[in-house]
Amino acid sequence: MRIFLHQLRFEQLLFWRSREAAFFIFGFPLLLFVLLGSVYNGKIDGYPASSVLLVGMIGYGAANTAFAGTAIILVNRREYGILKRIRSTPLPAWVYLACTLVSSLLVFTLETVLLFAVGRIFFSAQLPGHVASLAVAVLIGTTVFAAIGLAVTALIRSAEGSSAVVNFILLPMAFLSGSFGPTRRYPTFLRAIGDVLPLKYFIEVVKGIYLGGHALWSRPGALGVMAAWTAGGIVVARLRFGWEPRER
Amino acid sequence: MSAIRVEDLRKRYGDDEALRGISFEIEEGEVFGLLGPNGAGKTTTVEILEGYRKRDGGNVEVLGFDPQRAQREFRERIGVVLQSAEPWPNLTPHETLSLFAGYYPRPRDVGEVLDLVGLADKRNVRVKTLSGGQKRRLDLGVALVGDPQLVFLDEPTTGFDPAARRAAWGMIRSLRSLGKTVLLTTHYLDEAQQLADRVAVLREGQIVIMGAPSALTGGSLDAEIRFRRNGEQVVLRTDEPTRVLHELTAEALAAGEELEGLEVRRPTLEDVYLSLVQEEEP
Ligand SMILES: Nc1ncnc2c1ncn2[C@@H]1O[C@H](COP(=O)(O)OP(=O)(O)O)[C@@H](O)[C@H]1O
Ligand SMILES: [Mg+2]
Repeated sequence: MRIFLHQLRFEQLLFWRSREAAFFIFGFPLLLFVLLGSVYNGKIDGYPASSVLLVGMIGYGAANTAFAGTAIILVNRREYGILKRIRSTPLPAWVYLACTLVSSLLVFTLETVLLFAVGRIFFSAQLPGHVASLAVAVLIGTTVFAAIGLAVTALIRSAEGSSAVVNFILLPMAFLSGSFGPTRRYPTFLRAIGDVLPLKYFIEVVKGIYLGGHALWSRPGALGVMAAWTAGGIVVARLRFGWEPRER
Repeated sequence: MSAIRVEDLRKRYGDDEALRGISFEIEEGEVFGLLGPNGAGKTTTVEILEGYRKRDGGNVEVLGFDPQRAQREFRERIGVVLQSAEPWPNLTPHETLSLFAGYYPRPRDVGEVLDLVGLADKRNVRVKTLSGGQKRRLDLGVALVGDPQLVFLDEPTTGFDPAARRAAWGMIRSLRSLGKTVLLTTHYLDEAQQLADRVAVLREGQIVIMGAPSALTGGSLDAEIRFRRNGEQVVLRTDEPTRVLHELTAEALAAGEELEGLEVRRPTLEDVYLSLVQEEEP
């Protein structure tokens, strides 16, 4: 436990110290929310547009922090030999990986709180009623996307390519899952792709809790899809994840 | 007791035989140098002993552990400097060492380690502003902060300028006075000679000679006698320099000649090393 908190403290220090990454991972969804929120007006599906967008941005934030953040950070550390270095120390591998997960969770939780604050201040959005359900949803979202991030880390070969690959996955996924607005009017085949993506279901769950006032468990299908993606991510990571630089 | 025992160690990469059965032992408190040109198999050997790579044959024991299976307890007792590694650019040296110190049960004092590697005056600047040599020294500090019994240094001074190399040598010597066992690889002969109690010369995955640096020259090459006769350079190689020299000088005295530029040379370690690593394939 002591070693866990020690590592977590430094993970946080490292995250906030690298300003560009922290801005891209943490600041970007907030910025996007303010911009898009000023453009969208009226109602979507009977809810205020800004609230629907807020939910989409929470989804985007989850994928950005836990998926993109984890993958970019771990690929960089692997290629610079930092992961290899850590492997020679007594720090257990699972503590290290758990700390990157919990560190993302902290960042994303703060992100979610700020998104609600921005929504409240700029767009007079409601504050969420079911805080406990929402907190559990945030934990689930972080886990799903961190698992996928770990799998993608294992598949990326170089530090230079990492942010390109990650954004190539992140942005279309966010678009197809409805982060930037409802997907109802998208062509059928685009919606079909969206239907298998975990982000769509995460957004659905958060929307149900925040706007519909539903319990977290009222969407077992959505939770099932997310569980399947988590399991798939862990399997790929177990098979392919390595601690040593790929490029020699 | 020996800290490291290696018996008939073998490793191949595909069809490429990187280690062809090497054996050596390192005593506790000894500084052992693995010397050889690029591609000889130094990193392969060291990384097998550190537990990074799996061997294909032979026996290996490091501090009583099999590194291939050893876990936390083993890692608490070793310190590693990799051939190439970049520390975190956005931490300071003090933070970097504190981070790693937290992984060990009985770490050394961070301030003390900063002094030891000569980074006390840089303790609070970002690592990205350090020079290559300073980063390398920080890396050495990281290897020492857990107070390991055994330290692996893979080419610790490659790419250093002469002054930085001397400074690093000083640090490595201080490891000896701390009682650490050190396994050092290098492709610089003088470095092995300066630092190691014993040296093994590795060539194409085989140890071609092993012993104290001073002993390596003994008897392995003939002495050279050089002089000029009628303006021409004469070089005689012999394993009996005393007798040959006696005969030469006796002849010259009898003829009333001077042996111009007379010189008797023992081969230096460098001559031995070059003759070993440059030998043609059998
Ligand atoms: N991971 C690897 N995959 C394939 N070949 C390797 C690998 N590591 C080393 N080799 C080869 O093994 C030989 C020994 O390499 P290495 O141990 O790095 O030597 P040194 O450290 O003495 O320069 C070289 O021919 C090198 O190309
Ligand atoms: Mg090497």
